[in-house]
Amino acid sequence: MPNGIVIFTEHRDGAFNKASFEAVAAGQQLGASLGQPVTAVALSADAGIARGLAGYKLDRVVSVENAKLSEYTPDGYADALERAVRALDPAFVLLPHTYLVRDFAPKLAARFGKDVISDCVRASAENGSVTFSRRIFLGKLDADVVAGGEPPVFATFQSGAYRGDQAERGEGAQVESMPVEVGEVRMKPEAPFQEVKAAVDLSKAEVIVAIGRGIKGQDNIQLAQQLADALGAELAASRPICDAGWLPIDRQIGSSGQTVAPKLYIALGISGAIQHLVGMKNAGTIVAVNKDPEAPIFDIADYGIVGDLFEVVPTLVEEIKKLKG
Amino acid sequence: MKIIVLMKQVANKDAILRINRDATWIEESDLSFEVNESDGYALEESLRLKEKHGGEVVVCTMGPQRAKSVIKDALARGADRAIHVVKEDLLNLTPYAGAQILAEAIRAEQPDLVMTGLQSDDNGFAQTGVILAELLGLPHATIVIEVDASGEQLRVKRELESGWYQWYAMPKPALLTIQSGISQIRYATLKGIMAAKKKEIREVAPAAAGDAAATGQRITKIYFPQKTKQTQFLGDGNAKAGAAQLAEKLRSEARIF
Ligand SMILES: Cc1cc2nc3c(=O)[nH]c(=O)nc-3n(C[C@H](O)[C@H](O)[C@H](O)COP(=O)(O)OP(=O)(O)OC[C@H]3O[C@@H](n4cnc5c(N)ncnc54)[C@H](O)[C@@H]3O)c2cc1C
Ligand SMILES: Nc1ncnc2c1ncn2[C@@H]1O[C@H](COP(=O)(O)O)[C@@H](O)[C@H]1O
Repeated sequence: MPNGIVIFTEHRDGAFNKASFEAVAAGQQLGASLGQPVTAVALSADAGIARGLAGYKLDRVVSVENAKLSEYTPDGYADALERAVRALDPAFVLLPHTYLVRDFAPKLAARFGKDVISDCVRASAENGSVTFSRRIFLGKLDADVVAGGEPPVFATFQSGAYRGDQAERGEGAQVESMPVEVGEVRMKPEAPFQEVKAAVDLSKAEVIVAIGRGIKGQDNIQLAQQLADALGAELAASRPICDAGWLPIDRQIGSSGQTVAPKLYIALGISGAIQHLVGMKNAGTIVAVNKDPEAPIFDIADYGIVGDLFEVVPTLVEEIKKLKG
Repeated sequence: MKIIVLMKQVANKDAILRINRDATWIEESDLSFEVNESDGYALEESLRLKEKHGGEVVVCTMGPQRAKSVIKDALARGADRAIHVVKEDLLNLTPYAGAQILAEAIRAEQPDLVMTGLQSDDNGFAQTGVILAELLGLPHATIVIEVDASGEQLRVKRELESGWYQWYAMPKPALLTIQSGISQIRYATLKGIMAAKKKEIREVAPAAAGDAAATGQRITKIYFPQKTKQTQFLGDGNAKAGAAQLAEKLRSEARIF
């Protein structure tokens, strides 16, 4: 009978990423409440990398190996992990919801005639059955979801849903090598690269005024610029603003843009999707101006104004100028 | 090159969402709808590829009759024809079951390229495209931000996290999930709107979706997320008063100036 939890861990250039330890923490907690053993797997060409997991409280650490796994491809990873999952026969397969996992996990699940309970923020076990909670409508609502059908259940966890530093250390398990077959890999990756260095390094900015789709038009950006000028701030934006070409891409904040932690971050007309939040949630003070009282951005804001930014910003500029004298 | 673009109709992003009586989905009766954001970019990129390399762009949408507005808009922008998989209710349709239906709806077309958005703005599964690729036996790439179809092989630029990118080459036919911002979206012209009236919209019934729909993941309850932070709300609905209070707080509490 399928039993236990398999955690997929992700690495690049010889190091596991933070999201992998968040997945380890998720797996350990679920394993503890279900009383099921927990196995972490790493995919690579040799056993080297998996040793990095040996210091954690895990029942097994399995190094899934094939020469074709030296670099990531969805074909290679889906093939290898499919074989590992069939061999380990777990009840749950947990993965971090990273760009890499998004690329192959649905393919893996489809091999089992299933899909993924994706981007979960919580999982809770009661009487042996697990309820997953995931954000829907770009973070505006939560949905409790239960799995159906035969195990394994595939689930991914959103960045920050669990704390990587709470991944429990322990005796550590011996690393077991599991050589697997990998079929034809149809896609050929070239080396990853960064675009030419960003012209503005927003990570150095003390104060950031960020605009979102609520700004409505390119012509209105000067309004936000006035606020930025009054505060000596840099201007930044959510993705749709840069997608539309209203601001250059090096001013985009978020998972595919810059990560910042200024003293003050003012979000004007930004809803607060997770891909934006991961880029700015560590700011000292967060201010949100949004006409929707349920906008998820308010969940991380210190100060909030529910209202029209076109009314708020001019007054705010005036008042700041007054106070500054 | 024959390109199929999958486009979904979702609730308008600016809509104020209300939860339905059973707390299993949102109240849809008084909502306005629009095309899923990344799907609009998938269409734009498909049209550009067709302009460069010739061929045909076919839109495929699964949803109720109201989803026709997405199709008509796509035809007005330049898509050649459309397949509408008429399904009144997408509720509790798992991504696997949805991909199965879509696979059967487009399989006979034998496209050179299938384009989808990278995720839906309502369900946010982020997987329909990848499952579809598996069901059709196609290689795929996700979060694609540039497409080069000029060579024998397809070359695509994928977005990785925090400002990293990577090119992948793969044989055609293939499936790509498109990231927003890949290219600037055109507007429909009056000429396009007129021409769209003559274009074919083929309605098909969903193929039986196996039993995945009955046995897959299922929503038991939806609700507004619990707030974890104590936000100080300023102005009590009065924007100007809020702004004045905020300026004062930024000076006295946050000590920004
Ligand atoms: C793989 C992936 C990567 C991504 N990377 C990023 C990223 O790096 N950065 C990023 O930002 N996003 C990213 N996104 C997109 C993200 O999911 C959201 O779609 C995006 O952040 C939404 O931007 P927004 O808040 O400006 O727009 P919306 O979500 O449309 O929000 C606009 C807000 O403005 C408010 N508003 C409207 N008018 C007014 C007004 N007059 N006054 C006040 N408020 C008003 C509305 O109530 C709404 O809350 C990514 C998505 C994916 C899937
Ligand atoms: N009902 C649908 N009709 C057409 N395309 C869809 C539908 N559902 C999902 N898709 C496509 O699959 C992508 C990913 O959706 P999802 O897996 O729900 O995040 C979307 O961006 C669409 O391109």
